Amino acid sequence: MVCTRQHVIAAMRGAVRAVSECRDELVELDRAIGDGDHGENMERGFLAVDTQLRLASPETPAAVLKTTATSLISSVGGAAGPLFGTAFLRAATAAGERETLDGAAVAALLRAALDGVTARGRAERGDKTMVDALAAAVEAAERAADEGAGPTGVLRSAATAADSGARETIPLVARKGRASYLGERGAGHLDPGARSVALLLHAFAETGGEQ
Amino acid sequence: MRVGLVVVSHSAALSEGVVEVVGQMAPDVRVNAAGGLPGGETGTDFEATSAALAASDTGSGVVLLYDLGSARMTAELAVEALADPNTAVVAEAPLVEGAVAAAVAAQGGQGLEAVVEAAERATGAEEPESGEAVSAEGLSPEDYRAECELTLANEVGLHARPAALLARTLTGVEAAVTVSCGQNSADARSVLGVMGLGARKGDRISLRATGPEAELALRRITELVERNFDE
Repeated sequence: MVCTRQHVIAAMRGAVRAVSECRDELVELDRAIGDGDHGENMERGFLAVDTQLRLASPETPAAVLKTTATSLISSVGGAAGPLFGTAFLRAATAAGERETLDGAAVAALLRAALDGVTARGRAERGDKTMVDALAAAVEAAERAADEGAGPTGVLRSAATAADSGARETIPLVARKGRASYLGERGAGHLDPGARSVALLLHAFAETGGEQ
Repeated sequence: MRVGLVVVSHSAALSEGVVEVVGQMAPDVRVNAAGGLPGGETGTDFEATSAALAASDTGSGVVLLYDLGSARMTAELAVEALADPNTAVVAEAPLVEGAVAAAVAAQGGQGLEAVVEAAERATGAEEPESGEAVSAEGLSPEDYRAECELTLANEVGLHARPAALLARTLTGVEAAVTVSCGQNSADARSVLGVMGLGARKGDRISLRATGPEAELALRRITELVERNFDE
């Protein structure tokens, strides 16, 4: 019940497909409270991830995550590039030299990603950002890991909780990012960054665990 | 070598404009722009920021200034990606004011920490707006160890370049100097504060200095004014 380098690569490929499939949905969400480029940016970013993973053939889970991070940082633009890039970069650091990841390690990676995003974006829970989805995901992941779940179980719990966390952004007024410029008018809309976190975690859960 | 600067902005034109202004005031400081995306759209680019960071590195450290939130994130990532992240600092400062203040400090040979501090002090809001505000900092007229009055004869008055020269001429001088013109006063080391006085050709300015080298400070400024700021 562990996740190897191949699983992590499969998870990233799953994310590439999921982001492409949800591109238009993300565009719509971002058009409502942002500048409408989130779907396009994420798709471009994950296509770059796909290309770089083929070119780099990374040898450890950490190396796969690091390749993902640098591809996103270089190609996504906006705030999403540095934020998702930081998330994967911190996860890579947390993975260290490990050849395989168990459920607890996956939860620890998610925690490291959350800490990175929080520090980089200076956002807290309730600011109507990706942190709302990711923080809920981390708590659920840690609970699942404590109960002995493997990587897939941990990721499934995380993805389900991220959905709830993302939905909870709907009534909120944004306090960070471009949506905060809208003030009260931003309430009533799902945060695109939070939605992206949830869809990535679902993709990881479906493709990245022990198959 | 002097501390270098990087201007990270969403717009190429904006970052280059800031570099242009800064270059006038601090000709010997390495300042590089990282603005816009490679295709010319607005946004901040990690690769361009990293390249500018490398180009501005003289070995004495680099200070990065940014315009909006995601530019700060890109700047921070570029710093974290350095072989030694302690050699560069992202300053929490207004872009133009911070860049000018940092550049003048760097031109004066100040170290990395002092240049960051100069940028972060340059909020504009903290500039004393009147003589009273200066007095409020605890200086009564009896405390001024030296004062003098001068008439500005140079063409542009205390505009950007002369204000920068004024600040530079006080580098290393142990004295606090206040410049007044009419009702307004400013710290002589604050380029923006001095520019904000709006002193023009023909205006009388008065200078008051305290500290062990108060006399030296006023002598240097007097020489500078008499040389018409080398215009």
